[in-house]
Amino acid sequence: MAAIIQLRGLSKHYAKHIIGVDDVSLSVEDGEFVTLLGPSGCGKSTLLRMIGGFEQPTHGSVHLAGRDVTWEPPYRREVNMVFQDYALFPHMTVGQNIAYGLKMAGMDRAAARAKAAEALDLVGLPDKIDQRPHQLSGGQRQRIALARAIVRRPKVLLLDEPLSALDARMRDQMRIELKHLHEKVGITFIMVTHDQEEALTMSDRIVVMERGRVAQDGRPQDIYDHPASPYVANFIGTTNFLPATPAAAGRFRVAGGELGSDAAGPAGGAVTLGFRPEKARFLAPGETAPNMVEGRVAEVIYYGLGLRTAVDLGGGASVFVDCLLPDTLVRSAIPQPGTPARVAVEPHNVFVFAGQVQP
Amino acid sequence: MTALRRNLSGALVLGIPLAWIVLFMLVPYGIIATYSFWIKAYPTFKPAFQFGNYVTLFTDPQYVQVLLRTLKISALVSAASLALAYPFAYWLVFRCRWQGVRTWLYMAVIAPLWVSYLLRAYIWKTILGTEGILNSFLMWAGLTDAPTDIFLYNQFAMILTLTYIFIPFMVMPIYTALERIPPNLTEASADLGMTPWQTFLKVTLPLSMPGIAAGFTLTFCLSFGDFIAPFLVGGPDGNLIASVIQTQFGSALNWPLGSALSIVMLVIVLSIVSLSDRLERNSTAGGA
Repeated sequence: MAAIIQLRGLSKHYAKHIIGVDDVSLSVEDGEFVTLLGPSGCGKSTLLRMIGGFEQPTHGSVHLAGRDVTWEPPYRREVNMVFQDYALFPHMTVGQNIAYGLKMAGMDRAAARAKAAEALDLVGLPDKIDQRPHQLSGGQRQRIALARAIVRRPKVLLLDEPLSALDARMRDQMRIELKHLHEKVGITFIMVTHDQEEALTMSDRIVVMERGRVAQDGRPQDIYDHPASPYVANFIGTTNFLPATPAAAGRFRVAGGELGSDAAGPAGGAVTLGFRPEKARFLAPGETAPNMVEGRVAEVIYYGLGLRTAVDLGGGASVFVDCLLPDTLVRSAIPQPGTPARVAVEPHNVFVFAGQVQP
Repeated sequence: MTALRRNLSGALVLGIPLAWIVLFMLVPYGIIATYSFWIKAYPTFKPAFQFGNYVTLFTDPQYVQVLLRTLKISALVSAASLALAYPFAYWLVFRCRWQGVRTWLYMAVIAPLWVSYLLRAYIWKTILGTEGILNSFLMWAGLTDAPTDIFLYNQFAMILTLTYIFIPFMVMPIYTALERIPPNLTEASADLGMTPWQTFLKVTLPLSMPGIAAGFTLTFCLSFGDFIAPFLVGGPDGNLIASVIQTQFGSALNWPLGSALSIVMLVIVLSIVSLSDRLERNSTAGGA
C-alpha cells in the first residue's frame, strides 16, 4: 500500500516559545484508520488542521498522495473534515448541506441530490433530506456531518473529536458505526481524540502525542502492551508505577518484594517498573509465584464489572489490582481492607522505564 | 385584573410601562388619528369624519412628490450606509487580528452617538459651505479659484449628512450578526471546495441577512422621519415629509392635514418594520 499522507518535519510555532507542533514526521497508508491521541494542548488538533489546510506550518511539509500541498488552501485539497461541533449550515436543509460541495464540482442539481440521498443512506438517515439541522438530535447531526464529508469521496477524511459532543450511550454506538463506515467506504480516516478508549476500539494505528511531538506510534495492542514511555503507559489505561533498583539480570528490588521483567531495561541506575492492574492477581493462601510482592489491602473499590483493590506495599508505594467478578455468588474472593495480600504478575507483563517516575 | 391585584410588584413592573405606553404613545396616536379626519376652518379646526385630508395627500402632486422624494432619500441613505458599513464590519469581525484595534474602531463608530444629533448635522454645514473646510481646501490646492456652492443645500448634502449620522445603526446590527457566525462554518465551506468569495456569497452573506435587515430598517426609518437635515443642509428641492408635517402644525396651521400626513408616515414605517421582521424571522428559522 502507498502512503496517502506524508508529514515531513512538520512544526507550528505560534510565538517564539509557544510551540504547537514540534517536528512531526508521519506517514499514513491508504485506507488506514489512524488516531492522533493526547491530552488537550498536545498539538493533535493543530496537526489535523495543518493536514486540512486551515493552518500553515512554520517548518516542514504536507504531502497528499505524493503531491506537496503544504501551501494549498483547504478548497484545493482532496481532504474533508468532520468538525467537532459539526459546522452544519443552519440556513440549509440536510440535503443542501450534503450537496454543498458537489455543486461546486460541476454536478447538476438532480445528480447532487441523488448523491446526497446515497450518502444519507450510508449513515442510516435516508428520511431526513428535507429537514433542517436544528430539527435533528446531536447524533443525527453527527451523521449528517459525516455524510457531507464523505459524499465528495475525499482521499482522506479528517475527524476532529467527532464524538466528544455526544452523550455516553450515543458515543458508544457511533464508535462502532464510524468503524463500520470506515470499512464500507475504504477512505483513509485520521481522527483526533483525547479519549483513549475511542482510540483503542476504532483505530488501526494510534499516534500518541505529547507536547507537540509523537510519543509513540503503533497498533493499539502494541501501545497498550508495550508503552514506550511512562507518559504513554499513564495516558492509555492505568499503570502501577513502582520505584525499583536492579538486583540481578532482569530482576528488580521494589517495595514489598522483588519483580522480574522480560523487558530489556536500561543498564544500571534507578528504574521504575510498571504493570497494568488487570494483569496482576492475588495469590490464594499457600500458593506461591516467583514474581510477587507482598502488602496489605488498603481499599476495595467496586465498579460493577469487577473490583479494583489498592494494596499498600509499605514505604509509600501502592499498587492497584483489578479482578473481574464473573459470578455473582463469589463473595469470599473479595479481599477485606487491612488483611495481608500477595500480588503476582508475570514477567512479560512488567514494563521497565529509566529513572524515577512521578505517577 | 384579579391576577394583577394578587401580585402588587408584578402589577407595578407591568403597569408602569403599560401606563407609559398608553399615556404617551397610544393616546397621542389616537388624537393624531382623530385630527386627521377633521376639517380645517380657519383659524381653527372643525370636528368631522371625512377623508378629504387623505384625498388631498394622494391627489395633490406636491405631497406625492415629497413622499416619493423622502422614500428615495431614505433608501439612498440606507444603501450608502450598507455599502460603507458592511465591508467595515466584515473587516472588523473576520480580518482584524488585534482585539484592541477592533474594540477601538468599533467604539469610534459608536462614539459620535454621544454628541448631539443637531451638532453633528450642523458640522456638515461648516464642511460643505462656501466658507467651509472643503472649499478652503480646494482653493488651497488650486483646484478652484472661487468658493463653489455646489456642495451644500441639495439632496446630495442631505444624503451625506444623514448617512454620517445614522451609519452607527447600520454597523451595530451587522457587526453583531457577523460575530454570531461560527468561524468553523466558513472553514467547513472552504473544506468543501468553495473559494473565499463563494463562501462569502453562500454562507456569510445569507447568515448576516438578519443584521442587514435590521440595519436597513433602522437607518431607513430614522432618515424617513428626519427634518433637521433638510432644514440645515437641504436645498429648495430638499423638502422631506417630516418638515412638511412640521409646517402643517406650525406656520400653515393645518393640523388635520398634518395629522393625515403623520398617519400615512406611520403606516409606511410600520409596514417596513413588519416586513423586515418577517425577513429576519425567515432567515433565522434555521437557528444558530
